[in-house]
Amino acid sequence: MLTIEHISKTFNPNTITEKIALRNVSLHLAPGDFVTVIGGNGAGKSTLMNSIAGTYPVDEGKIEIAGTDITKWPEHKRAKFIGRVFQDPMMGTAANMQIEENLAIAARRGKTPTLRWSSTTKDREHYRELLAGLHLGLEDRMQSKVGLLSGGQRQALTLLMATMAEPKLLLLDEHTAALDPKTAEKVLALTQSIVAKQHLTTLMITHNMRDALKYGNRLIMMFEGKILFDVPAEKKKDLQVKDLLEMFEKAAGSELVSDSLLLS
Amino acid sequence: MDLIISTIAQGLLWALLAIGVYLTFRVLDIADLTVEGSFPLGAAVAATMLIAGYHPVAAILGACVAGMLSGVVTGFLCTKLKIPALLAGILTMIALYSVNLRIMGKANLPLLQQNTIFTIARSLGFDNNVTVLVVGAIIVLIVAVLNYWFFGTELGTAVRATGCNPHMIRANGIDTDVMVVLGLLLSNGLVAMSGALVAQNNGFADVGMGVGTIVIGLASVIIGEVLFGTRSFKNCLISVILGSIVYRAVIAVVLQMGMPPNDLKLFTAILVALALSLPLIQARWNKFRKGVTR
Repeated sequence: MLTIEHISKTFNPNTITEKIALRNVSLHLAPGDFVTVIGGNGAGKSTLMNSIAGTYPVDEGKIEIAGTDITKWPEHKRAKFIGRVFQDPMMGTAANMQIEENLAIAARRGKTPTLRWSSTTKDREHYRELLAGLHLGLEDRMQSKVGLLSGGQRQALTLLMATMAEPKLLLLDEHTAALDPKTAEKVLALTQSIVAKQHLTTLMITHNMRDALKYGNRLIMMFEGKILFDVPAEKKKDLQVKDLLEMFEKAAGSELVSDSLLLS
Repeated sequence: MDLIISTIAQGLLWALLAIGVYLTFRVLDIADLTVEGSFPLGAAVAATMLIAGYHPVAAILGACVAGMLSGVVTGFLCTKLKIPALLAGILTMIALYSVNLRIMGKANLPLLQQNTIFTIARSLGFDNNVTVLVVGAIIVLIVAVLNYWFFGTELGTAVRATGCNPHMIRANGIDTDVMVVLGLLLSNGLVAMSGALVAQNNGFADVGMGVGTIVIGLASVIIGEVLFGTRSFKNCLISVILGSIVYRAVIAVVLQMGMPPNDLKLFTAILVALALSLPLIQARWNKFRKGVTR
């Protein structure tokens, strides 16, 4: 579903603040893969995800989704294939607009907007059903502005918006990091159920090793702009946090199993 | 009574400007200074067309199209050439000063002999002020309904979302550059229409008539929002129109109280500065009352 071949990205090249964020990364996701991505600060997790989403172009390499080469596509064009949930709950929704209007925009993701009225009665019925599935009571507040919702509610709504137009690829960039533990757990459970129901190909960055092990069928760890190791489904099942740390130590070849990795 | 009617009438003619400024300042979240050039541009185009013998309605529509083009120029500067929106607006505004002089051929075009939309309406038998009121009300109503319709469509909601959260709308497959240009186009089209109407009502177009329009627009938007609310887009539209009328009323009152007309712009600027800083002042005041320093 997603094929990445040898992509590299350097920020501020040839300056004092030069930062090599991705070094020759290749990755292939089969349809229905749910991959969790871990790694310390500056490992390149977010750069990988933003490169796929098209936030900035990559320096080298090729990115394909469902057989289409999207390497040169601008961000908004790629959205046809990609649903995204950001770390910041404010980023995925338009705060000054109604829940209904937000959903209407997301329902048409990737289509050229027309001069038709933004949502019909029939659309509204559909949105109401989807919102009811979140069990947050939002189905009765469809005219409310999104800005009135809590961070957790907004993240759940963004998740719904990212998946309602059935993306080829779902990108989750630490989407529970800004939430309190209890809310984070709820949003993760919701993620799990939506991904399973729609059989979505998913890439989820998390800073929480337990979550990385608990969710998904595959795990990759990144370090210094490279994929350090890639754990397939059958091995991932029995993996523990301490195994992960051991693997990291071996692969990185240093005593770098640092607090920074654990804490970040 | 006459004064009240003429105040409301003035407010309506300037309401198109206020809606235009609302579209950029609030909907797109851009302070667009093109307004200062597109307002006299509308006046210049309309005046020139009237003198050339066009129908007043055609003159207003011509002004609107010219204004839209100026909005596209600003949009091009700030999206494709990445010039900060504020500066892009200033560049277009300055350029338009020369353009307006070229269109008019001189700095001031009197319209005393020409048929305007108001003289036509007056021939139906209304008295002077009532004519302006009726014409203004009809045009504002049409514009407001069209705006309400457009910003409820798929395209219109995309424009609104662009101003609210560009990340979100890009992630949903919309090219924000196109939306910004579209918003600037609509805004400046309305502003130019307002200029065309004001010129016809005043009986002249002047190259300097744009000075301070952005502040007048902002004052109307802010007064409207504070007094009449911002619950929904429809509510905002109505608030802005009413805000424009209230602004004219405030001006009429201070002039009646003996303020020299030359001080009007200073007064308006102070009014807007106060209104814009109101949230901060309020927050400070609340902290101060609770005994927190700094």
